[in-house]
Amino acid sequence: MGKVFNESVFKDIEEAQREWEAKFDQLCERAPERLKRFITVSNREIKRIYTPLDVKDLDYGRDLGFPGEYPYTRGVQTSMYRGRLWTMRMFAGLGTAKDTNRRFHLLVRAGQTGLSVAFDMPTLMGYDSDSPKAKGEIGRCGVAIDTVKDMEELFDGLPVDRLTTSMTINPPASVIWAMYIAAAENRGIPRHLLGGTIQNDMLKEFIAQKTFMLPPVPSVKLIIDTVEFGTRQVPKWNTISISGYHIREAGSTAVQELAFTLADGIAYTEAAIERGLDVDEFAPRFSFFFNSHIDFFEEIAKFRAARRMWAKIMKDRFKAKNPRSWWLRFHTQTAGCSLTAQQPYNNIVRTALEALAAVLGGTQSLHTNSLDEVLALPTEEAATIALRTQQIIGEESGVANTIDPLGGSYFVEALTNQMEEEAFEIIRKIDEMGGMLGAIEKHYPQQEIADSAYRYQLQIDSGERTLVGVNKYVTEEEIPVEILEIDDALEKLQVEKLHRIKEERDQAKVRESLERVGEACEKGLNVMEPVIEAVKNYCTLQEVCDVYRKVYGTYRDPGIF
Amino acid sequence: MAERRIRVMVAKPGLDGHDRGARVIARAFRDAGFEVVYTGLHQTPEEIVEAAIQEDVDMIGLSSLAGAHRFLFPRLMELLKEKGVEDIVVCGGGIIPKDDIPKLKEMGIKEIFTPGTPLNQIVEWVKENVKPRGSG
Amino acid sequence: MTDSTREIVKKVLEGDIRTVARLIRDIDDNMPGIRDVLKALYPHTGKAYVIGITGAPGVGKSTLVDQMIKHLRQKGYTVGVLAVDPTSPFTGGAILGDRVRMQRHSMDKGVFIRSMATRGQFGGITQATRSAIDVLDAMGKDIILVETVGVGQDEVDIVKTAHTTIVVVIPGMGDDIQAIKAGILEVGDIFVINKADRDGADRTLMDLRMMLEMETDRERRDEWAPPILKVQAVFDIGVEELLETIERHRSYIIERYGDLKLRSDPKRVKESLIQMLKDRLFETFLERISKSGELERRVDEISKGILDPYSACDILLKEHVV
Ligand SMILES: Nc1nc2c(ncn2[C@@H]2O[C@H](COP(=O)(O)OP(=O)(O)OP(=O)(O)O)[C@@H](O)[C@H]2O)c(=O)[nH]1
Ligand SMILES: [Mg+2]
Repeated sequence: MGKVFNESVFKDIEEAQREWEAKFDQLCERAPERLKRFITVSNREIKRIYTPLDVKDLDYGRDLGFPGEYPYTRGVQTSMYRGRLWTMRMFAGLGTAKDTNRRFHLLVRAGQTGLSVAFDMPTLMGYDSDSPKAKGEIGRCGVAIDTVKDMEELFDGLPVDRLTTSMTINPPASVIWAMYIAAAENRGIPRHLLGGTIQNDMLKEFIAQKTFMLPPVPSVKLIIDTVEFGTRQVPKWNTISISGYHIREAGSTAVQELAFTLADGIAYTEAAIERGLDVDEFAPRFSFFFNSHIDFFEEIAKFRAARRMWAKIMKDRFKAKNPRSWWLRFHTQTAGCSLTAQQPYNNIVRTALEALAAVLGGTQSLHTNSLDEVLALPTEEAATIALRTQQIIGEESGVANTIDPLGGSYFVEALTNQMEEEAFEIIRKIDEMGGMLGAIEKHYPQQEIADSAYRYQLQIDSGERTLVGVNKYVTEEEIPVEILEIDDALEKLQVEKLHRIKEERDQAKVRESLERVGEACEKGLNVMEPVIEAVKNYCTLQEVCDVYRKVYGTYRDPGIF
Repeated sequence: MAERRIRVMVAKPGLDGHDRGARVIARAFRDAGFEVVYTGLHQTPEEIVEAAIQEDVDMIGLSSLAGAHRFLFPRLMELLKEKGVEDIVVCGGGIIPKDDIPKLKEMGIKEIFTPGTPLNQIVEWVKENVKPRGSG
Repeated sequence: MTDSTREIVKKVLEGDIRTVARLIRDIDDNMPGIRDVLKALYPHTGKAYVIGITGAPGVGKSTLVDQMIKHLRQKGYTVGVLAVDPTSPFTGGAILGDRVRMQRHSMDKGVFIRSMATRGQFGGITQATRSAIDVLDAMGKDIILVETVGVGQDEVDIVKTAHTTIVVVIPGMGDDIQAIKAGILEVGDIFVINKADRDGADRTLMDLRMMLEMETDRERRDEWAPPILKVQAVFDIGVEELLETIERHRSYIIERYGDLKLRSDPKRVKESLIQMLKDRLFETFLERISKSGELERRVDEISKGILDPYSACDILLKEHVV
C-alpha cells in the first residue's frame, strides 16, 4: 500500500509552514498566546499545528491497515460499530448478595446482557465478613461474598449460561471464580458454557491499586493457574483483564498507563508460556481494561497505539500465529479521578467527553461513571444518566457511523506514533530490569506514578492546569446530591449467615479439602480443581485464602512516595 | 538550638488501597518542612494509634475513600481517648459525604478535607491549627 | 533535679511509652532541660545491646530489621528500634518510611519503634540518636536496633555507638562498594549481602572478601575477621544465622573487653566525649553569634566585599571563644 505522502510535497509545505509560523510569532508579539504551555492532562506539550510534516513517514498498510487487519490501529473487528455497538456494561454491587441479585434482575429485564459485579473490600482482600479486618466495610463498595451460598444467591434465577459476567476481583480471583463455577454446576450448568471475565490482574495491584495479599511471584503463579484451567476447561472465559485503569487512577500519565499495562501483559504471557502453554491457546482470551481520561485526543491516540503495539508484541516478540492473539480487545471506564465533588453536574459532561474518546478509540465495552461517583456509591438516577450518555453517543450523535473517523488526522496520527515510541521505550527499560516483576521490586512503576501524581496536583494548585469548579469558575452554592445509604444492619445479617453455614457444613470435608488446596500450593500444582472442590464443601473465601497466605506468605505495602 | 518541628502521621485505615491522596499529601507535608511518618496501607485503628504514640506525632491525617470512615474514624477517636492522647489533632480526607462531617467533627475530628482541596490550603491549615505537642 | 525531671526519669525507667516517646522528641528538638534528664538516666544505661544496621538506600535494611525483630521477640528479648531517614536539605522536611516495613510489630508491647530524621544542620543527628539510644536502654529494652542510611560521616559516627555494626550491601554493587569503602567498610563487624536471591551474590561475596582483606587499618582486624553472610530478608532466609553471628560477636566483645560496656573502652569514650564537646561548643557558639546578630552582620560584610571570610572567622572566634 505504501507511503501516504509523496516525498515531493514536503518542501512546499515546509516553506509555507515557516511563513505561517513567522506570521504567528509576529502576532504573538502584540498579543501573546493564551497559555505559556499548551499541555495535555499528562503534561505532554502540544504544538500549534500538525501537518503532513509530522507524519511524513506514514505508511498506510504498515501503520494503519483496515479495521480487523494487522496492525489493527483502526480497530480489531472488521465491521466495528457498523455491525454492533460496543457493550454498555455498568458495574453494580451493593450490600448483600440478595440486594445485588435484585438489581441484576432489573438490569437483565432492561435488556442488559452483560453483568458486572463489584465486591466489597473484605471480599476483594480475601477476608470473610466475620474477620476483625472486615468491620465497617461489609457491603459498602460492593457485594459481600463469603461462601458459595452467597454466590448462588447472587445469580439466583439468572441465566448464567447465556449471560456474560464480569467480576472485578484480584487477589482471591481463583477462589471467587471457583465459587462461580461451583454455583453454576450446582445448578446443573456445565463449566464450558460459562462466559465472562475475572479481572485477575495482580501486577497492576502492586503498581497502583494496592489490593494485595500474596507476594508478586506466587500471585502470578495463581493467575497462570486460572489461565491454564480456563484454556482447558472454561474456554469462553476471559481469564485476565489486564488493567491500566487503576494505574491511571493512581496518577500515571497516559503513556505510563499504556506502557505499564502492556508490560504487565508481556509478563503474563511469558509466565503462561513458561507453564508450557502455547501462546495461541491462551492469548486470545486475554483482554484489556483502560481508563478514558479527559484529554480527548491523547486518549484516542492511546487506544490506537495500544492496539498497534500489542499486535506487534504478540506477532514479533511472542511469535503468535493466530490473528486472535494479536487482538487487543479492551473495556474502558471513564476516569473516576477526573470527576469533581464541586459542581457535580459538570461530571456528566466530563464523562460524556471521555466516553466519546473511548468510542472514537474503538473500545469493545464501556462503563460510564455516574456524576456522584466522587461522593459515594451511585444512585439509580445517576447511573441511568451515565448509561443514557452512552446511548446518545451511540445512537444519536452519528459518531459510530464510520470506523475510526480520526484516522489520518495529522495530529492524531502523530500523537499515536509518539505515544507508541515513548511507551516502547518504557517497556525496554522494564525489560532491562528483568521484566515487570523486577521493575516492581525496584519500585520503578510505583515511583514514576507517584511523581506524576504529585506533579499533576501541583499544577492544579498553582492554577497552571484548570479544573472547572475547583480552581476556576468556583461557585459558593452547594448543589445537593442524593446519596445512597447502606443499611448498617446488613453487617450483622451477613455475619450471622456466615456463622450458620460454618456450623452446618461437614467439618471433616472442609478440613480435608483445605488440606488438598494446601498440598497443591506446596507442590506447585494447579489449584483450581481443589479450590472448586473446597468451595463446594462450603469452605469460605478466607479459609482458602488463609491457606494461600500460609504457604506463600503475605505482601506488605512498601510505601513509595 | 531548641526548635520544635511538626511531626505528622499519614495513615490509611481500612482495606481500601487507593493511596494516591495519602501519598500526594505526604509529599506536600514533607515539602512544607514537616516530618511525616507513613504507616502503610491496610492499618487497623489500633495499629495507627499505637504508632502515633510511639512516634509522638502532633497530628494524624486519615484518608478514606471507601466509606470506612463511619466505623474506623470513630474507633480511632475512641482509642486516642482511652490512651490519653486526645491532644493529637486528627483530620480526615477523602470521599466523605457532607452529612457525615458534622458527626465526625462532634467526635473530635478537627477538620475534613473533601476532594479538590488544594494541597497548600491543607498545609496552611496544619500550620495554623497544629502546634507541636508538649511545647508550652 | 527538678520534680518534673524526676518524674520523667521515673516514668522512663518504668518503661512508660508516652514519656519515652516525648523525651525522644525533646531530645530531637533539643529542648532545654533534656540534659538534666539524660544525666539522671545515664547511671541506668549500659544494659542494652546495641546493633547498628547501615547501608545504601533500598538495600533492605528495614526489611532486615523487621525480620530481626520477629526472631528476637521469639527468643524473648524486648526490642527498641531507631530508624533514621534523611531530612530533605531543601525543605527541612522528611518522609520517614522505614516504619512501614516494621508496622506489623506496632501492637507488640515488647517492641518500641521510633523514626527519626537526620536534621543534622547544627551538630544534630549523632548526639540525638545517641541520646535516644540511652533512653531506650534506660527504659529496659534488651536489644536496640539502629537503622541508618550509610552515606555520610554522620551515619558512620552513629554506628560507632553500636556494639555490633552490620553493613548491608546487595549483589551487583561492585562500584558502589568501592564508593562506600572509605565510609562504612571499616566500621562493619558483620557484612550482609542481602537480596541474595538475585544474581551475582557470590561475586559480590568474593569482591567484598578481597576488599576486607586489603584493608590495613582496621582495628582489631586480627582478632575479629568480619564474617560475610548471604541473606534474603524478605523471605526470612539467613536471618537466624545473622543473629547467631551477632551472638558470636557479642561473646567476642566480652572476651576482649571484659564486659559489654563500651564506655569502659577509653578509645570510644574519648571519641564520644570529643563529639559531644564539639556539638555543644558549636551549638553554643552559633546560638550566641546568631542571637547577637553578629553572624548576619559578618555575612553581609563578606557579601559586600568589605570583609573576607578568613578574617571574619578570626574576628568571630576571637570575640567569643579564644
Ligand atoms: N529480592 C529481594 N528483595 C528484598 C530483599 N530484602 C528486601 N527487599 C526489597 O527491597 C526493597 C527495599 O527494602 P527496604 O527494607 O525498604 O530497604 P532499606 O534499605 O530500608 O531502604 P531505605 O530505608 O529507603 O534506605 C523492598 O521492596 C524490599 O521488599 C531480599 O532479600 N530480596
Ligand atoms: Mg529503610
